[in-house]
Amino acid sequence: METQPIINIKNLHKSFGENKILKGINLSTNKGESVVILGRSGSGKSVTIKCLVGLAKADKGSISIFGKEITSLNNNELNAIRVRIGFMFQNGALYDSMSVRQNLRFTLKHHTQDLAESDIESKIMEALDNVGLKESIDKMPSELSGGMNKRIALARAIIIKPEIILYDEPTSGLDTITAREISELILSLQEKYKTTSIIITHDMACAKMSGNRILILKDGLINAEGTYEELEKSKDEWVRSFFI
Amino acid sequence: MTFYLKNIFNEAGNITLFTLRFFKALTEPAFQFREFVRQCFAVGYKTLPLISITGFIMGLVLTIQSRPTLLKFGAESWLPSMVSLSLIREIAPVITALICAGKIASGIGAELGSMKVTEQIDAMEVSAINPYKYLVVTRILATTLMVPLLVIYADFIGVYGGYIGYNIHGSMSLFRYFSEVLEHLEYLDFMPAFIKTFFFGFFIGLIGSYKGFNASNGTASVGIAANEAVVAASLSVFIIDMMAVQLTDLFF
Repeated sequence: METQPIINIKNLHKSFGENKILKGINLSTNKGESVVILGRSGSGKSVTIKCLVGLAKADKGSISIFGKEITSLNNNELNAIRVRIGFMFQNGALYDSMSVRQNLRFTLKHHTQDLAESDIESKIMEALDNVGLKESIDKMPSELSGGMNKRIALARAIIIKPEIILYDEPTSGLDTITAREISELILSLQEKYKTTSIIITHDMACAKMSGNRILILKDGLINAEGTYEELEKSKDEWVRSFFI
Repeated sequence: MTFYLKNIFNEAGNITLFTLRFFKALTEPAFQFREFVRQCFAVGYKTLPLISITGFIMGLVLTIQSRPTLLKFGAESWLPSMVSLSLIREIAPVITALICAGKIASGIGAELGSMKVTEQIDAMEVSAINPYKYLVVTRILATTLMVPLLVIYADFIGVYGGYIGYNIHGSMSLFRYFSEVLEHLEYLDFMPAFIKTFFFGFFIGLIGSYKGFNASNGTASVGIAANEAVVAASLSVFIIDMMAVQLTDLFF
C-alpha cells in the first residue's frame, strides 16, 4: 500500500442549522484500503461521505482527495475528481425513467463521450456480468427487487472504473442472504479492481467481510478505530455493543 | 406577518436566482438535445388529447351561449368572428395555459421532486452530470416552445368547435365559416396573444422545475411540490395575461 493517503480528512465540521453533525472528524485512507464507518443513525456517517463528493459542503476543515483540496474547488474542478469516484446510494438512486441499460449507458456516455457504441455495450455487459444481472439489462428499476436494485446501483458505480467507491449502507433493507451476497460482491469487486472504499453500514457481517479497518462515530467524532477483531474486544462497552 | 413577508422575499429571491441559473446554463455548451426532444414529446404530444377536448368544448359552448344575445340584436352573422376573436385573443391562450399549468407544471414538480427525494438528482451530480442542465433547462425550453404550439392548435380546434356549435341551430359550410373568421381576423388579434404564450410556457416550466428541484427530503414533499407548482403556475398565467393585455392596450 502507498503511504500517501488517497483520502485525507482533517478536522471536518458540518452543521445543519443549529444541529452540529460533525465536530472535527479526521480520517485518512490509503490506496486499496477499505474503511468501514459505523455509528448510530444520525451520527453523521452519510454526511461524511457526502462531503467527500461535494453533495454537502463542509463548514470547516480540510478534505483532500488524490492530493487535491476539494473544499476550495469550483464545480468543473470538482467534477474532474468526481469522475474518479463511484458512489452507491442507500436506495440505489437508479433513474426510474430509464431501463437498466439506459441507467448504465447514461453514466458512461457522460464520462466517455468518444467511446464507440460497441465499446459502450461491452462495458455495460461487463458491469452487469460483474454483479450477475446480465439478464436484467432491459428491465425498468420498478421491476427490480431490493437486492437487484442494489446490484444495478453497484454496476452503475463501477462502470466508470472508479479509483474510489463510496457505499452508503449497501445492505440496508435486505434479507440476511441477499445482504451477504452484496457484501461478497463488494469484496470481489474490491479485489478485482483494487479500489479504495469507504463503506457506511449498520450490518456487522458486511463490516467484517469487506472492511480492513473500522471507524465508529459518536457525537460527531471518531470514537474508536481498529480492525473488526480489535474493536470486538474493546474495553469500551459502547463500542462492544455494536458487535453483539 | 414578518415571518410571511420574509418567506415571500426569500422565495422571490430564490426563484430569481433559479432563473438566472437557467440563463447561465443555457449559454454553456453540451445542450441535451435528446432529452429536450423527449420533453417536447411529453409536454406537447401527450397534452394534445386534453387540449383537443377542451379546445373543442370552448368553441362549441361559447358559440351556443353567445347566439341568443347576438340574435336579440340581429347580429347572428357576427357569431363566427366574435367567437373566434374571443378564442384567439384570450380564451384559448389562457385556458390552454391553465390546463398546461395543471398537467405539465404539476408533472414536472412531482417528477423532479421525486427524483430529489430518491437521490436521483444527487446521483447525477456525483456522476459529474449537471442535473440542472439535463433536467431543468430541457424542461423549461420544452414548455416555452410547446405551449405556444398547443395554443395555436387549441385556436383551430376551438374555431372548429364554434362551427359545430353554429350548425346546431343554423347552417353554414365549413369553408364559409372559416372565411368569415379569417375576414375579421387581423394581425394584431393574433400576434400579442401568441407572444404572451411563450411567457406562459416559460413560467409553467420554470415554476414546475423550481418547485420540484427544491423539494425538501421526504415523500410528502413530492405532493407539496406538485400542488405548489400548479397553484403558482396558474397564478402566474393570470398575472402575465393581465400584464400582456395592459401592454397590448398601451402600444397598439
